[in-house]
Amino acid sequence: MSVLVIEGLHVEVGGKPVLRGVDLALEPGQVHALMGPNGSGKSTLALALAGEPGYTVTRGRATLDGEDLLSLPPHERARKGLFLAFQYPPEIEGVSLREFLRLACAERGQGFCEFQRSYPHALRRLRMEGFDGRELNVGFSGGEKKRSELLQLYLLRPKVALLDEPDSGVDVDALRLIAEAIRELAEGGTAVLIITHYPRILEHVPPSEVFVLDGGSIVERGGPELAHRIGEEGFEVIRR
Amino acid sequence: MTIPQTARLTRDFVEALSSEKGEPRWMRDHRLHCLAVFEKTPLPRFGPDLSALDLSDLAYYARPVEPVRSWDDLPEEIRRTFLALRLPEAEQKALAGLGAQVDSEVVYRSLLAEVRAQGVIFASMDQAVKDHPWIQDYFMKTIPPEDNKFAALHGAVWSGGTFIWVPPGVEVAVPLQAYYRMQTEAVGQFEHTLIVAEPGSSLHYIEGCSAPRFARSALHSGMVEIVAKEGSKVRFTTVQNWSKNVYNLNNKRALAYAHAAVDWVSGSLGSKVTMLYPTTVLLGPGARTENLSFTFSQDGMWLDTGARAVHRAPGTTSRLISRSVVQGTGRSVFRGTVHVHPEAKGAKAHVECSTLLLTPEARTETIPILRAETDDVELGHEATVGKVSQDQLFYLMSRGLSEAQAMSLIVNGFVSPILKEIPLEYAVELRGILEMSFEKAIG
Repeated sequence: MSVLVIEGLHVEVGGKPVLRGVDLALEPGQVHALMGPNGSGKSTLALALAGEPGYTVTRGRATLDGEDLLSLPPHERARKGLFLAFQYPPEIEGVSLREFLRLACAERGQGFCEFQRSYPHALRRLRMEGFDGRELNVGFSGGEKKRSELLQLYLLRPKVALLDEPDSGVDVDALRLIAEAIRELAEGGTAVLIITHYPRILEHVPPSEVFVLDGGSIVERGGPELAHRIGEEGFEVIRR
Repeated sequence: MTIPQTARLTRDFVEALSSEKGEPRWMRDHRLHCLAVFEKTPLPRFGPDLSALDLSDLAYYARPVEPVRSWDDLPEEIRRTFLALRLPEAEQKALAGLGAQVDSEVVYRSLLAEVRAQGVIFASMDQAVKDHPWIQDYFMKTIPPEDNKFAALHGAVWSGGTFIWVPPGVEVAVPLQAYYRMQTEAVGQFEHTLIVAEPGSSLHYIEGCSAPRFARSALHSGMVEIVAKEGSKVRFTTVQNWSKNVYNLNNKRALAYAHAAVDWVSGSLGSKVTMLYPTTVLLGPGARTENLSFTFSQDGMWLDTGARAVHRAPGTTSRLISRSVVQGTGRSVFRGTVHVHPEAKGAKAHVECSTLLLTPEARTETIPILRAETDDVELGHEATVGKVSQDQLFYLMSRGLSEAQAMSLIVNGFVSPILKEIPLEYAVELRGILEMSFEKAIG
């Protein structure tokens, strides 16, 4: 049964319609891909689902485990098990990565002792041992920020993970690391949606289903071969 | 002596106060001199409006509570406050001493045997004045009554407070601490703290304040004088959380002789009006001072704080750092003053003030005054004013933190350069206070 269900979602940003009726569903333990050209509304979908105040849902619905998501403030969506890995995570000075993660894990019901075990493990998994004493995202390179998002995702173990371009600005080694973490997460039952315009990461994490967004709605669905075709021929394939 | 709650400040009152305390003649004369100075000195011509403060309406000296000797003898209410502030834990962690001032008398004091064995004097100021006549050479010599009206007032009616003398070369390993609160309505509190650190000694003193709310305005005008002799180190930490009707008008000043180091760490969270400008006069070559200040102004509060460094010897350094957070209709002013005298060749001074505004109505002002009378000097100044970014708030909330938690985390991050210098127990308390205030504001 689908864990996240989106039906007829319309979203406006600054009074301008961006999404015009998006339908999709994510299955637990499966990796999905959302592809589409620049400006097609991929990030808008992710941010609207997470509850960014600047993104107004004008029509449609979204449910997590059958419960309405859109009427909840952002932190309650997160507490129900939704996670968004940001394309551009902000830097927060003076806030230690560890302290922040401890608070966030506590809100997901993880006790202090559990955190004491899971945190060093997650740092090792993402090869981020050296980041323990650092401030949240402060002075991180683009690729380091992506790994920090994955570290958070890995620790919080959400039901649904939306990853907004986890592959952009990331070198080959880090990409492999990120892909492995995503696969492990899906094996643990998380429904994953990878938002990207490059099929490169999908070679490391083969999706069971690929959605193509264009002009604010899903214009094509398919298996991994769809991502491959887009890689070969570009987004022209969907416009024929 | 029974002091009527409607007492007026007169010569008779001051004489009676001195004789009740059984003070030596020199102190009685000092009080009367201060009273005379007080009467002819006008209120400060800068800063917050003090016109609502009716000094004649105050009982200047509150009746002391019976002294108690142990933790169990403390009044239930005081113990509850201590518990809420986690002070017993602090004590368990072997803080050297704990003195609680209820109204104007020290009622509880404990001191670890090892500190006493080092020869350190840690006494109530009232008692010390009687036991150690040589205190005369220090008492209000760093801040004379002529300095300002509240210094003069303090000198006339001071009561309670702490005296600390650290012998030459002695390092006090654990912080000494005292805790003040006001109990009686409309009672001014005028505790006097004098620290004399002999050459090569070191000391950390912590002062914490909190008070329940009263119907009428209360006045707190304490004084802290520090004499840091050659090569000594003194750190003075204050956390202030007076109730929102208290006028908190203090004088704090240190003299730093050659190669001495004086650090002021202040957290101001409460009061209606605060005026506080801890000052270090760098008298000897190589003396240095650091002044770290954190203020949190909420609705209706005016926290007028600052830091002053006076360079009067070569090779002296000062660092004045402040972080101000302003919420609701609060107002914060920071006056960072550096004065480099001609003889202070090679002096270095750095002033840095940052403010975080949480609401559109919040007001802030930073007033740097940098004055150098020699060219051989390095002066630096930075000031920033910012707001909490919506991107940061949303990011933290998307990880499951409520808006109040997210705000509190961002604000804590902003003040972390100061917070990490504050002892853990107080830092925890400060965090709790911030989070509570955001929960109230956000609902």
